[in-house]
Amino acid sequence: MRSEAAVRADELHLAHHFSSLERQTDAARLGMWLFLATELLLFGGLFCAYSYYRWMFPDAWAEGSHHMSVGLGTINTFILLGSSFTVAMSIHFARVAKPKLTVLMLAISIVCGLAFMGLKGVEYADHFKHGLLPGKYLTSPDVHEPAVGMFFVLYYLTTGLHAIHVIAGLTVLSVMMVKAHRGVFTPEYYTPLDMGGLYWHLVDIIWIFLYPLLYLVV
Amino acid sequence: MSQPAPSSAQHPSGAHHADSYLTDGTTVMSWLNTRDHKRVGVMFLICVIAMLFMGGVFAMLIRLKLLFPGAAFIDALTYNRLFTLHGVVMVFFFLIPAIPSAFGNFLVPLMIGARDVAFPRLNLLSLYIYLAGAGLALWGMIHGAADTGWTFYAPYSTTSPEKLFPVLLGVFIVGFSSIVTGINFIVTIHTMRAPGLTWWKMPLFVWGIYGTSIIQVLATPVLGILLLSIAVEHALGWGLFDPARGGDPLLMQHLFWFYSHPAVYIMILPGMGVISETVCASAHKNPFGYRAIAYSSIGIAFVGFFTWGHHMFVAGQSTFSNGLFAVLSMFVGIFTAIKTFNWVGTLYKGAIAFKTFFAYICGFLYFLVFGGMTGIALATVSLDVHWHDTYFVVAHFHFIMVGAALMAFLAALHYWWPKMFGSRYHEGWGLVAAVLIMLGFNATFIPQFLLGNNGMPRRYYTYPEHFRALNVASTAGASLLAFGFIIIAVYLAVALRYGRRTEQNPWGSKGFEWLTDSPPPTHNFHEDPQYPEDPHDYRTPPLTQPSAAHPEVEVGHAV
Repeated sequence: MRSEAAVRADELHLAHHFSSLERQTDAARLGMWLFLATELLLFGGLFCAYSYYRWMFPDAWAEGSHHMSVGLGTINTFILLGSSFTVAMSIHFARVAKPKLTVLMLAISIVCGLAFMGLKGVEYADHFKHGLLPGKYLTSPDVHEPAVGMFFVLYYLTTGLHAIHVIAGLTVLSVMMVKAHRGVFTPEYYTPLDMGGLYWHLVDIIWIFLYPLLYLVV
Repeated sequence: MSQPAPSSAQHPSGAHHADSYLTDGTTVMSWLNTRDHKRVGVMFLICVIAMLFMGGVFAMLIRLKLLFPGAAFIDALTYNRLFTLHGVVMVFFFLIPAIPSAFGNFLVPLMIGARDVAFPRLNLLSLYIYLAGAGLALWGMIHGAADTGWTFYAPYSTTSPEKLFPVLLGVFIVGFSSIVTGINFIVTIHTMRAPGLTWWKMPLFVWGIYGTSIIQVLATPVLGILLLSIAVEHALGWGLFDPARGGDPLLMQHLFWFYSHPAVYIMILPGMGVISETVCASAHKNPFGYRAIAYSSIGIAFVGFFTWGHHMFVAGQSTFSNGLFAVLSMFVGIFTAIKTFNWVGTLYKGAIAFKTFFAYICGFLYFLVFGGMTGIALATVSLDVHWHDTYFVVAHFHFIMVGAALMAFLAALHYWWPKMFGSRYHEGWGLVAAVLIMLGFNATFIPQFLLGNNGMPRRYYTYPEHFRALNVASTAGASLLAFGFIIIAVYLAVALRYGRRTEQNPWGSKGFEWLTDSPPPTHNFHEDPQYPEDPHDYRTPPLTQPSAAHPEVEVGHAV
């Protein structure tokens, strides 16, 4: 027999064109994974350009990465990884019907995301101050290889696009926090939170690739 | 096997059509705010036809200019803008969404026995994204448009003084619409098939759409990031593709064709799906090699991703890459040939009804084989060196993208017209227009093959006097083509207003979409259909909806 909660979840959330909530959730999950695939390919174009120019200008790449602040990058990596953990925990708490902890975990994730953006801003400001800008705008006096400008073109394109994704992810997490606060999520139905979590993990994993490529490459 | 009894044309339509999706809310808002995949499909159809008209007008202006070897009518800059607009509108705003977004939206849920697509709201959103992107690009075109050609090749696209930004952004946004549609179809096909409708019972059109959607999802984001990069380059001049600052324009071409070559299969695969459906319905015969057709759709979607380098044979790619891409390109020919033989095998000894859509099937087969064979020739590196960037290439890809894809679009429009709008058009005029279009098309592009082979480069504003005769022939053919379209527009408009009401299954088809009313009710089926048979199984007579003669027969339960 279906539990009362499951029947109630069906009443609240089952769309007319699906035969069951399980199928609807499957559909949402498959759709989300496909969307994540498109995001990977979006960044894939830039990773492709990165690899090509890295191969063309290895010396400039080594020099460019020396201008990166490895400390800030490392801290940011841990902040983002931590936020992914708390997002995963928020889903866990939704599953075991602890809405207050769900909200708390989402709040911590959002704070981490904001901290990431703040540190990224500090880094950008530092680069601007030292004239470490893309292409022809590169004015830093300590740069020797001319192709360092290309390194910074890719640095700004990849981290800029990633930052846009962080902002989008923070928006999603905020909406989820409001929903969780209103008690929308139950152990029977937490699909939107699950999807939002997947998106945040994507933002995280892209950074996991960007961090070594830009900071540790030498 | 014969057509269904003509008496069913007289069936008391009122009772069945009262609740069709067309009459369920007739206000403008009920359309603009709909979640119904059928209404979204119809709105997409209207949009793409408007785009086809616009792109056609640009094409005619180009052809009129080319009547004269020197300057005429329009200046060179306007000419450059016109061929750019023609390409952008036809490729991104017509060909790519034409069959998937219009017919796919309408038909896929009907064919797999679903009540709607998996994400109806996203589906409607994809229409508005499309309108926003197309609107932005068109606005940009009016205000000093792009003159780069639809390929946006660097370094010209990054240094052109023209306002490129709105056009790039518009195409980028339309790409999102394409991605959303693709995701929606893949999820719908995976999760919404009716009980009993297994993968190997899917109609062949659905297989075509499935292959198309995979390409849309996996290729479009790469175009997106490329367009963004070009926009950044054009606005800020960072030098990503600028050789003066270490950038490589060839990288831009690689990224562009990584999308745009598979995009050719976004245009042609759903067309092949349409032909697979209509061939069976014309011949009243089971498909010859159902699985071969289905597998080859996926095969084309797969190898289509590994052929992009054949656009860069003379652009400085290594000899090794040239050879590799040449061989890989020929695999597409193998899969296409599998399909072609299967279609011909289906027609062989069939009871063919020579309807308008059958005329377009014949046209499709001819244009696909002719265009495909010239494609094999072009994929041969040594020959491509001679033909590259000449009118030969223009004629080749128009044979596939316009010839074949447009034939499939018109076949779909005529075959599913009764299903979509519940009315019949005039078959006689339909055949007249089909003949005019095919003659006009050949007359337009066969001279261009000859011009290209004689060395006339594409996209040039002027040409030497001795190319005049063939250019005039081409323009004359284009006029015939345009005239054919005008006839179609007239008789379809008449059919919409005054056409006689159709019976449920006018072609005697065994396609699953005909199991419900024409036009279908809002939730597609009065009761859930059953699928005891394979799709296109003509060993048993087609099922018909309750008609005046057999009011007790239920959908899908008989036989």
